Amino acid sequence: MGWRYMAEIKKKLSAKKETSMPPSTQTHKRTFQRPKSLTDIPFRYCPGCGHGIVARVLAEVVDELGIREKTIGLAPVGCAIWLEDHFEWDMVGPAHGRGPAVATGIKRVLPDHVVLSYQGDGDLAAIGTAEMIHAANRGENITVIFVNNAVYGMTQGQMAPTSMIGQETTTTPGGRDAKRDGFPLRVCELLSSLEGAVYLTRTTITSPKHVRATKRAIRKAIELQMQGAGFTLVEVLSTCPTNWRMNPLQAMEWIEKEMVSYYPLGEIKGA
Amino acid sequence: MSEKILMKGNEAVGEAAIYVGCRHYFGYPITPQNELTAYMARRMNEVGGTFIQSESEIAAISMVFGAASAGARTMTSSSGPGISLKQEGISYIAGAQLPCVIVNVMRGGPGLGNISAAQSDYFQATRGGGHGDYYTLVLAPYNVQEMFDLTLLAFHMADQYRMPALLLADGILGQMREPLILHRPDFPPLPPKTWAVGRMKDRPMNLISSIRLGEGRLEAHNHDLQRIYDEVRKNEVRFEETHTEDAEVLLVAFGTSARVCLGAVTEGRAQGLRIGLFRPITLWPFPSEALVRHAEKVRSILVVEMNMGQMVEDVRLAVEGRCPIHFHGRPGGGLPTTREVLEKVREGL
Repeated sequence: MGWRYMAEIKKKLSAKKETSMPPSTQTHKRTFQRPKSLTDIPFRYCPGCGHGIVARVLAEVVDELGIREKTIGLAPVGCAIWLEDHFEWDMVGPAHGRGPAVATGIKRVLPDHVVLSYQGDGDLAAIGTAEMIHAANRGENITVIFVNNAVYGMTQGQMAPTSMIGQETTTTPGGRDAKRDGFPLRVCELLSSLEGAVYLTRTTITSPKHVRATKRAIRKAIELQMQGAGFTLVEVLSTCPTNWRMNPLQAMEWIEKEMVSYYPLGEIKGA
Repeated sequence: MSEKILMKGNEAVGEAAIYVGCRHYFGYPITPQNELTAYMARRMNEVGGTFIQSESEIAAISMVFGAASAGARTMTSSSGPGISLKQEGISYIAGAQLPCVIVNVMRGGPGLGNISAAQSDYFQATRGGGHGDYYTLVLAPYNVQEMFDLTLLAFHMADQYRMPALLLADGILGQMREPLILHRPDFPPLPPKTWAVGRMKDRPMNLISSIRLGEGRLEAHNHDLQRIYDEVRKNEVRFEETHTEDAEVLLVAFGTSARVCLGAVTEGRAQGLRIGLFRPITLWPFPSEALVRHAEKVRSILVVEMNMGQMVEDVRLAVEGRCPIHFHGRPGGGLPTTREVLEKVREGL
C-alpha cells in the first residue's frame, strides 16, 4: 500500500532530524501504548469509524496470545484494505469477497499458523457469499472478523446486503425497500446450520463494555482456531458515520436503536 | 531416473505436478479435464498433499492465490468456461507476482460451446486473459510426453519469474493415451521464496497484494513487470521445426493442429511438395524472430488452427507482410485433416 511506502520515506527523513534534537528531560510513566502488532502508521479512518477499534482489539489479542509471527491476515477490498498498512504480521490482499477461499489456500499450506480473514459486509455477504458459505461448510480452520456497518464504505455508501429496511444509501435514495431490495442478511444465523461452523457470535463497539466483549469473542475464536476446532466468525456491528450522514455519537446510537434489534448480540452458535 | 508407462494426457499433467513437488491442487469439475481432477484427488491422498474440490472456479483460483502466497507450488485446471471464471484470480496473481500453474484443456466456445477439443482460447491465453496490463507464460504441448515435460517446465518458470504459467492443451491431448517417459527434471536451483507469508522469524512483515495506491506506484510496478516480461521474451522462447530448411510453404501450428500438420508434411513430402512445419511451443512469448527468418525465405505461410483464426494474428504481426499468409481453421470441435491442409498448401504454391 502507498501509506506504508510513504511512512518508510517519512521515517528515513525524520531519522536525520531526530539526531539533532535534544534528549527529553521529562520522565513519563507509560500506562497505555500501541500494541506491538500495530505499526506506527496512524489509522486514517473517518472520525467515528469502527474499523480502528476492531483492528486495535484484534492486535491486542494477537499480542496477548503471543502469536504475531504465526499470524497471517487478509485485508479485503473496501475500507479495511488499509489494514495492510497497520498490522505487524504478514498480510495478503485477496480479490473482493475471496478472503475465505484465499485463507483456505494459506491455511492448507501452513496449518500451524493463525489465519484471520477481516471482511466487510459487501465483501463477505454479497460478492463473497459462496466463498463464505463453503469455507464455513468445510469447517475450514480459519477465523473471519466480519465488520458489519450496513453500507459500502469505500465506494461512497451504496446499499449493503446488511443495510436496514428504510436505510438511505446512494443506491436506495428513498430508503431500502424490502420488496425491491430484499431483506438485511443475518450472516451468523445463515451460517449457523452448517456443521463446519463452530463459533458464530455477534458483538458491537458502542461502549467500552461492548468493546471488551468484542475482544473476548475474537480471542475465543482465535483460540478455537488454534485448537483446530473449525470455522469461526465474529460479527461486529460497526459504525460508518460518513456514509450514514451522522455524527459519531448519532452513529453509535443508531446501532443500538436500529441494528441491535434486528441483529441480536451474543453467541449465535457456541463452541 | 525414468520409467516408461502408458498414460492419458490429463493424468500426465497431474503426475508431472507431483514430480516437481506440487502438493496443493484446487479444482472444479469440467469436461474435458475431469481425469486430471480425479487423478489429483487420488494422488494427493497418496503423497499427503492437499486436494480440494472447490465450490467454483473462482474459489479454486483464489485458493491457488492463497497457497502460492504461502510459498507452495500449486496448481488448478479447467477448460474454457472455467478458465474465464478464473481470470479474476489470474489477474490478481499476476499483479501480486505469485507463481502458479493453470491448466486449460481447451474445448469449443463461445459460451458453453461444446466439449470437443478446440483451440478457441488462444486470444484469452496469450493476452493475459483478465483485466490489467500483464501476461502469463503460455506453454502448448502437442503430445502426452509434452503434457508431462511442459508441466515440469511451467512450475519451474513460474517460480523463476514469479508469474503464473498456463499450460494450453485441448480435449484431444487431455483424453488420449500415449507412451510416456516419467523423469525428474534437472532445472537449476531457484532462490528461496523469502517474499512468501508465514514462518515469520526475525524479519519485517511480508505483504502479498496487487493494490498499489500512491502516486506513481502502480506505474513503477507496471514497468517492473514489463522488465520481467522482457527477460522472459529474451530467454524463454521455444519452438520446434520440421523440414523447414528447404520449405517453400511453411505450416505454422501448435498443439493438436501441429500433429495434423506433421502428417501433412510427411504426406506432402512424399508427393514432392516442399513443405515444413514451424511449431510454437511457447505461445507467449511468441517465437516471432525465428518466424521472421523463415518468412524471408518461403513463398507463403499457412497457419492451421482449431478455431477461426487466432494465432494467425501473431504470425501476421511477426511477419509484417514479408510473405503471404494463408489460414485454415476448423472451429467448434472440428479437426483439420491432412487432405484439407495439403489442398491449402497447393493453393499457396
